[in-house]
Amino acid sequence: MTDFDAGSRTSRVWTNVGLPILGVIITVTGWWAITAAFHIDPFYVPSPADVVDTFLRTPEFLLQETWTTLQRVLIGFAIAVALGLVIAVTLAASRTVERMAMPILAAINAVPKVALAPLLLVWMGFGDSPKIVMVVLVSFFPVIVSTMAGLTSTPDDLQELTRSLKASWWQTFVKVRLTWALPQVFVGLKVATPLAIIGAVIGEVVNPDRGLGSVIAGSGASNDTPLAFAALVLLAVTGVVLFYLVAGIERLLVPWRVAK
Amino acid sequence: MISIDGVSQTFKGKSGPVEAIRDISLTIGEGEFLTVIGRSGCGKSTLLRMVAGLLKPTKGEVRVAGEVVREPRRDVAMVFQKPALLPWRSVEDNIMLPVEIFGRRKADHRAQVDRLLETTGLTAFRKRLPHELSGGMQQRVSLCRALIQNPKVMLMDEPFSALDALTREELAVELQRIHMDLGTTIVFVTHSIQEAVLLADRVAVLSSRPGQVRRLVEIPIPRPRSFGHNAHMDQVAGVSAELHSLLLSDTHLPKTSTL
Repeated sequence: MTDFDAGSRTSRVWTNVGLPILGVIITVTGWWAITAAFHIDPFYVPSPADVVDTFLRTPEFLLQETWTTLQRVLIGFAIAVALGLVIAVTLAASRTVERMAMPILAAINAVPKVALAPLLLVWMGFGDSPKIVMVVLVSFFPVIVSTMAGLTSTPDDLQELTRSLKASWWQTFVKVRLTWALPQVFVGLKVATPLAIIGAVIGEVVNPDRGLGSVIAGSGASNDTPLAFAALVLLAVTGVVLFYLVAGIERLLVPWRVAK
Repeated sequence: MISIDGVSQTFKGKSGPVEAIRDISLTIGEGEFLTVIGRSGCGKSTLLRMVAGLLKPTKGEVRVAGEVVREPRRDVAMVFQKPALLPWRSVEDNIMLPVEIFGRRKADHRAQVDRLLETTGLTAFRKRLPHELSGGMQQRVSLCRALIQNPKVMLMDEPFSALDALTREELAVELQRIHMDLGTTIVFVTHSIQEAVLLADRVAVLSSRPGQVRRLVEIPIPRPRSFGHNAHMDQVAGVSAELHSLLLSDTHLPKTSTL
């Protein structure tokens, strides 16, 4: 608990791995206790055991659907990140472009994406592409905003330094501003990760074919609440894994920030 | 080496123009160490930034090595109050930054980096990142980064003012040694009388709002100078007292209540 034992290896493992696991165990136990104590009908809220049973009934099917959703999330997220970075760099490079484009981008971001799902169906039909587009639409904005915030947050002293060295715009950008922006970029990526999953699920629920969103949509038709819960748990696990993956990449790329 | 000729600077403030510097003229000889001293807000940094070419004078002109300064020069190096290091670069890579920006070959400067690290006692820390260093060490890195430019002129803007008292003295003594070795022309802005007396050939005392040269004080004490006991304590005390009264009798400031 104190700073004294924070350094020793066992206590570090305990804080980094033990405590999160303990948190999960307490939460699941609490969920279980509530469903058992109040005799809640599994049709409304299934107990953890019901969910696990459902999963074990058709594990290959559910994992297959998870993989489908995950693929859509990853492809969409990659496009969103690439697009977001390019747009942010362009906007940060030119005041004029920024002034012109910002209202449009904010407007696009403000449109409820669920409302676009039927349109995407009209434009792209069934299959992967409307879902991937939904992922991009939902998750690109935080990447732009945070990257721009990062690119414009170069401290005055570093700006004066590059000016006094007569560094070119490009040198300043590559050697100072871009790297300086990285921690902020990662803030945006961490916000965008769960949004990407939400985007994929919106796409699949509104326009179901395959994937966990389609499983949830189908479970409603067959009154199979535990199946919906199993799909939700799988989505949550996917979200956590992706989040920690992004945090891990941040650790690798931005060691000076994490070390503070 | 530097001539400042009738330089004024007026900023546009929210409530009308603010006159930061009025009609300053100074000539700084080659190899001279000039200290600019004044109260905070007297425009000493503004003056330095005009010499650096980071700020255009409203009136007058600055010449370095005979040429009018219109933009920063690569033979003029700046050292700022903050170390201004890139947090992701190791000590030696931070020192190499100017070499990279000037498009010179890094291999040609390795030996010089080694020497600079040696002089400033940073050799053991060359692979460290800035956040692993103390404030004094960070400012040493920033000094090395200025010296790798092989500058004709070094402009230093209160470089030690964020450090604790002992580290400041240590660094001031180190800077004196570097100046004696290299003979670089140095303009050093400070509000510390002690630093001014240790380092300077001449001290320009600025008055406040607008900044004007109140007096130029010669410091004829032979080098190397040192803090604490030395052979010239009377002289040091005399000059310090003179600077003190010049700074305290700055009539342009509104009088505050008695202390």
